Amino acid sequence: MRTFDDDDTNHLFILERAGFGALIEALSDAEYEVIAPTIRDGAIIYDAIISEVDLPSGWADDQQAGRYKLKRRNDEALFGYAVGPHSWKKYLHPPEQLLWRAKKKEGGFDIHAAPIDTRKRAFLGVRACEIAAIEIQDRVFLRGPHIDEAYRARRENTLIIAVNCGDPAATCFCVSMSTGPAVRSGYDIAITEIISEDRHHFVIDAAGDAGRTVLKHLPLRPAGKKGLQAAEAVTAHAQQQMKRSLDTDGLQALLQNNADHPQWDNVASRCLSCTNCTAVCPTCFCTTVEDHTDLSGENAERVQHWDSCFSGSFSELGGAPVRRSTKSRYRQWMTHKLSTWIDQFGTSGCVGCGRCIAWCPAGIDITEEAAAIRKGANS
Amino acid sequence: MKQGHHQTHDSIPAIATVKTKRWEIEGVAIIDVKLSTNQRAWAQSKPGQFAMLYGFGVGEIPISFSTLPSAEGRVSFTIRRTGAVSAALTRIKCGGVIGMRGPFGNGWPIEQLAGRDVVIIAGGLGVAPLRPVIDYLAFGRSDANRATLFYGAREPAAILYTKDIERWRNAGVDVHTTVDTASHDWRGNVGVVTSLLSGVPLDSENTVALICGPEIMMRYAAEALKDAGVSDEDVWLSLERNMKCAIGFCGHCQFGPAFICKDGPAFAYDQIRSNLFVREL
Ligand SMILES: Cc1cc2nc3c(=O)[nH]c(=O)nc-3n(C[C@H](O)[C@H](O)[C@H](O)COP(=O)(O)OP(=O)(O)OC[C@H]3O[C@@H](n4cnc5c(N)ncnc54)[C@H](O)[C@@H]3O)c2cc1C
Ligand code: SF4
Ligand code: SF4
Ligand code: FES
Repeated sequence: MRTFDDDDTNHLFILERAGFGALIEALSDAEYEVIAPTIRDGAIIYDAIISEVDLPSGWADDQQAGRYKLKRRNDEALFGYAVGPHSWKKYLHPPEQLLWRAKKKEGGFDIHAAPIDTRKRAFLGVRACEIAAIEIQDRVFLRGPHIDEAYRARRENTLIIAVNCGDPAATCFCVSMSTGPAVRSGYDIAITEIISEDRHHFVIDAAGDAGRTVLKHLPLRPAGKKGLQAAEAVTAHAQQQMKRSLDTDGLQALLQNNADHPQWDNVASRCLSCTNCTAVCPTCFCTTVEDHTDLSGENAERVQHWDSCFSGSFSELGGAPVRRSTKSRYRQWMTHKLSTWIDQFGTSGCVGCGRCIAWCPAGIDITEEAAAIRKGANS
Repeated sequence: MKQGHHQTHDSIPAIATVKTKRWEIEGVAIIDVKLSTNQRAWAQSKPGQFAMLYGFGVGEIPISFSTLPSAEGRVSFTIRRTGAVSAALTRIKCGGVIGMRGPFGNGWPIEQLAGRDVVIIAGGLGVAPLRPVIDYLAFGRSDANRATLFYGAREPAAILYTKDIERWRNAGVDVHTTVDTASHDWRGNVGVVTSLLSGVPLDSENTVALICGPEIMMRYAAEALKDAGVSDEDVWLSLERNMKCAIGFCGHCQFGPAFICKDGPAFAYDQIRSNLFVREL
C-alpha cells in the first residue's frame, strides 16, 4: 500500500480534462499506435484510436451473468465502465499468427521464420486486473524453459497507460483475486479520473522513464498530497462497491481433490461448450496450429491460432478426444484457471475480471461454481 | 512494420533427409534420417525424449527417438501410420525431406539406474521410446545391475524390433515377450504383459521400472509393481497427450498440473497416480 509521505507525490500530476487530448497526441508524436477502448457493435472494445473523440465518453456498461449492455452515464467520464469482450491479449498474443513459411527446393525445402512485429503500441486504459493478466501471460511466454520471441518483442514495445477503476461492474471480483481495483505496479503511466460537479480532471502517475518522456510536453501541475488522496478515494470507492467475491482459501487443493464432485455434472448440464469463456479470458493462452500449402504445393506455412480446452479436437488422442464430455472440459477449464495454474506458474490463472461470467450465453458464473464445489467437497 | 529478429529455433523445424525407410511390421515404419544442421545439439538427446516431426504442408506430430541422434546427425523413428501426418511421414521415400524440432521432454531417469535392477515394461508401440534405454543398458556404459524387458504385443506379427530383441538377449537382457492372441504355431507366452511379471522374482527394494504403452496397461503394470512392493517413486511411466507445440505454450498436453511436453513425458508414479485414475482428465 502507498503511504502518504510528501515524497511519495513527486510523480503525481494533475491533468485537466481539456488537456487530455494532448496525451493522445503526445503518444502519436512519440510514434506509438494508440490502442484504447472504443464503442463497436454495442460493446466497448479495444482498437486503434486517432483522437480522444474515439473514447467512450459518457458511457458505462451494465454487466450481469450472461449479460452485457451499454448505458449512458450522467456525466462525461472517459473511463466510466469496466472491461468488455476484448482484452489486450489480442495484441500481445494475437488470435492468429503466422509462425513460419516453407518453400520447396531441389532436394527438399527451406523454412523461414515469420518476421516479428516490433511496432510501438500504447495501450491506453489498462485496468489493474488486466495488468495482472498481462503479467500472468508473461510467466507463460517469457519465464519458462522456452521463450516466445514474438510475444517478447510485442511486450517490450508496449507502453502501458493504466486507469484506476472507479465503477466496477457487477461481474467484477478483482478484490478476491488481489489484482485490483487499484493499479499498483506494471504500468508506465497510471491515470485516475476524477469528476465532481464543476470539475473533470485526472491524477496522472508517471512511474517510469518511458511514461515521463511522453508526459514532458503536457500541461501538468503537481498533484500533491490532495491529489493523491482524491485518487485513492476513487479506488477505495470501487473496492467498497464490489459485490461479487470468490473464496480462494484452499481452492488449489480443493479443486484437484474433487474431480468427481457432482457439481461438475450439474454445470455440464448448463454449459454449451461454446468456448466464449476462453476467448474472452485475458489469461487463457492455448493455441493450435494449422499447416497449409498453396495451390502449387510448393509453398507451405504454419499459422497459430487461439484454441480452447472446450473444443473436441483439443484433447484428441488416437482418433478420439480424451475429454469427451462437457463435464470434463468445464472441469479442465475451471480447475486450470483456479488451481493447476498455481502449480504451473505460481499464480492463479484468474484475475477476477468477470468477462467469462458476462459473456457466457448460459450465464454460468465461475464464482458460484467454485462455491458449489466447496460445498460437500472432499478435503 | 519494421522487421525485427526472428522466432527462436524451438518453434522452427530443422531439415532432415530420409536415408532409409522400411516397414517393420504392417502399418509401422522405421525411418532413419540425417539432420542437415546443428547435429551437435541434437546429439545431446536422451532416451525417452521426442521430436516434433513435420510432413511438408500436412502437419507435425510428436514421435519418440527410437535410436538417439548420433554425432553425425543420424537418428531413427518408429512411426505407426494412423492419421494424416503419420501417413505423410511414412509415405516419404529415401532422399525425401522432413522437418524436425526438438529434442523435447525430460526422458527416462537414466541417472537413477546405477546399481539397480531395471524392469522395462512395454506395450505395443510403447517399446519405441524404450528402445534407446534398452540399447543403453545392453551396449552402453550403464552401471545398472540387471535388465529385464517385458514386452507385450497384440499378436506375433505385431512384435517390433525382433532383431534387436536377439541382440539384447545376447547382451544379457532378460527378455520376455507375450501376445494377446496367437495361432497354434506360437510357442511364446499368451496374455497381457502384466501377467508375465508374477513369473519373475523381483528385488522390490532395488527395482526401478520404466513403463510405456497404452494408458490402461501402464496403470495395471504400475499397480502390479506397487503390490509387489516396488516404491511408487521408482516406477516411471511415459504419458501421451495431444501436442501442438512441445514447448509449453499451446496447452494441449496438460495432465492436471503437468505439461507432458516439458514436465514429462516420463513421470514417477507417485507424481501422477491419483490423476491416472481420474476419467477424462
Ligand atoms: C511424447 C509422444 C511420443 C510419441 N511417440 C510416438 C512414436 O515413437 N511412434 C508413433 O508412431 N507414435 C508416437 N506418438 C503418437 C503420435 O504422436 C500420434 O500417433 C500422432 O500424433 C498421430 O497423428 P496423425 O496426424 O497421424 O493422426 P490423426 O489421428 O489424424 O491426428 C490428428 C492430430 O491429433 C493429434 N494426435 C492424435 N493422436 C495422437 C497421439 N496418440 N498422441 C499425440 N497426439 C495425437 C495430433 O496433434 C495430430 O496432429 C507419440 C506421442 C507422444 C505424445
Ligand atoms: S476466468 Fe473469467 S473472471 Fe477469471 S480472468 Fe478469465 S475471464 Fe476473467
Ligand atoms: S482454461 Fe482451457 S483454454 Fe484456458 S488456458 Fe486453461 S486449458 Fe487453455
Ligand atoms: S505440447 Fe504445447 S504445451 Fe505441451
